Amino acid sequence: MLPAIEARDIAKRYRLGHNGGASTMAELLGATAASMLPGKRGKSAGNGAEDFWALKGVSFEIAPGEVVGLVGENGAGKSTLLKILSRITPPTRGSVNYRGRIGSLLEVGTGFHPELSGRDNVYLSGAILGMHRADVKRHFDEIIDFSGVEAFLDTPVKRYSSGMYMRLAFAVAAHLDTDILLVDEVLAVGDYKFQQKCLNRMDSIAHDGRTVIFISHSLIAIQAICRRAIWLDRGTIAADGPTASVIARYAGTEHTAGGIARDWPDADKAPGNASIRLRNARVEAVGAEPGAPIDVRQSFAMSFEYDNLREGAHLNAGLVVTNEDGVVIFDAGPNEEPVATAAGRRRERCVVPGDLMNDGTYRVSVELRDRGEVLLSIPDLLTFEILDNPYGRFGWYGKWEGAVRPRLDWTSEKLT
Amino acid sequence: MSEQPDRHATLITPDRGSILAYLGEVWANRDLVAFLVWRDIKVRYRQTFFGAAWALVPPFFTMVVFTLIFGTLVKVASDGQPYWAFSICALTAWNYFSQALTNAANSAINNASLIEKVYFPRLSLPLSAILSPLLDLAIALAFLVPVLAMAGIVPSVRLPLLIPLTAIALASALGLGAILAALNVRYRDVRHLVPLLLQLGLFATPVVYPASLVPEALRPLLGLNPMAGVVEGFRWVLLGSSADPWPLVAVSAVTAMVLLACGIFVFMRLERSFADLI
Repeated sequence: MLPAIEARDIAKRYRLGHNGGASTMAELLGATAASMLPGKRGKSAGNGAEDFWALKGVSFEIAPGEVVGLVGENGAGKSTLLKILSRITPPTRGSVNYRGRIGSLLEVGTGFHPELSGRDNVYLSGAILGMHRADVKRHFDEIIDFSGVEAFLDTPVKRYSSGMYMRLAFAVAAHLDTDILLVDEVLAVGDYKFQQKCLNRMDSIAHDGRTVIFISHSLIAIQAICRRAIWLDRGTIAADGPTASVIARYAGTEHTAGGIARDWPDADKAPGNASIRLRNARVEAVGAEPGAPIDVRQSFAMSFEYDNLREGAHLNAGLVVTNEDGVVIFDAGPNEEPVATAAGRRRERCVVPGDLMNDGTYRVSVELRDRGEVLLSIPDLLTFEILDNPYGRFGWYGKWEGAVRPRLDWTSEKLT
Repeated sequence: MSEQPDRHATLITPDRGSILAYLGEVWANRDLVAFLVWRDIKVRYRQTFFGAAWALVPPFFTMVVFTLIFGTLVKVASDGQPYWAFSICALTAWNYFSQALTNAANSAINNASLIEKVYFPRLSLPLSAILSPLLDLAIALAFLVPVLAMAGIVPSVRLPLLIPLTAIALASALGLGAILAALNVRYRDVRHLVPLLLQLGLFATPVVYPASLVPEALRPLLGLNPMAGVVEGFRWVLLGSSADPWPLVAVSAVTAMVLLACGIFVFMRLERSFADLI
């Protein structure tokens, strides 16, 4: 089967500074006139220093019916890519070939006019999004039903609450039945009940065999909906493949400056002193292949190895885990009282059970003492990421609050 | 083989497509144009007390002022017609043009949020901008014809000729408006330029004076201003004057077509960068 979308080496340059290229109106008119003459096409390269490449050659193919999540930091080029695919802005280089009709939802409420009634806006917004009048008419009842604003259909939307406005706007957009749908971060709106409705809708669109490209900062939403993910990093594709592995890599490198594992093969360069040399430290999933992502359900081990150079030291190790806000989640140590230890290589290891930590980025600090004396103390030695997992969310995709996220024994029973 | 052969392929490249393909796309998006026109009309007189009566006010007041100044004080020739009738016929046409051009010139920047967020052939914007003032023109004419009849100027069989004359005004407003709309995206100077252009245009067009003031041999040159032909044509139709305006109208029609072609050409050339610059 032919791919629904084939992007070949698309690049997009923005001219920084004002007015993109021509600096005066006269210059622009001149350039336009010149470009009408044959053989004079192609403007001068311009000042390279003012150029910004939002996309630097991106290629991919998407099969019909595939639902692809697009992840990346702000400014990575995600929105630019959608704008090129939806033809809002042309690429500077490269080409895109797509089959069928393409529809884009880059914003909720595109084309809504505050003075017009809800009913009028459904038709207007539908037309602007590229629906035929007959299509809107056919879906009208569904749209209104989906939005839940039937009582206010003849009220100008400027009198709507922002929630109602969003719901109506999304409802129109959700019924856009093009072969290919491009969606940018629309789920950031509304209460969680509505978010769930939107995601379900996206899911059913995906199951209709339509091709969807979906940008979201909510990795959990991407994991729930998309089987494939593309990670854009500063205008290039950093990873493209099954959602779980792309997201693990994205989340892994995005924040983990300290790294999930560190080694010091050369003892002289290792952190430490005459008493202690740290040789390695790592965080890894338990019972999974090395390098596997850690999610909230996954148990993981933190360990470090060191050379004890002090004969007979009463070594007492500590591992302190803090979250992104600097809150100490726990400070763990061995369960037995320290005893005198002979010199040599040692390892400290502790296992953190699954269903305890919340998703997020954590830092690990290491400490080693001999009785009261601090031999080694390295703050933020490691950084690791715990990914979210749809388990227990029941279709809700918001941020799960809490310093920890234990799964507790919970009973729910009917009493009367 | 694909199961759905009707799914046609589209290619996006840095280059523009052909003008014909582009115009085809504008046509395919005619529903959108219709909705934009409908939106403009619906919104224009929202929360106003007099509503669509506002369509009559500007030409009426300008007519009163012009009649006092040019008709009574300066005594400009008016081809043997009462000056008020002479000027209001021209003003009705000019007013449409002025409204259409202003709308069209601002059509892209007024719809910046659409341009940034959805794709459609951008020509739909100036196109809908010149179509919506047609309603005001129709209202104005619906009042004007009976008023003229009451004053003894009975409408003739020439009346349907207003349609091709309006088409000339439409084409020139679209051509010029499209260029201005495209430039307006880059240079907001245009917004300030348009009222000035229209003020000059009002006097460059035989609105307050008759085209017959210009020597007969040079008169077709007046047609290089497309509105000159339209205005004289409107008078010929509505007032039943005997002077034949058709050489003038013919020149104006050609000018309007050239303007339209240039407008579409320039607009097409610049519209692809709209989303990046607006």
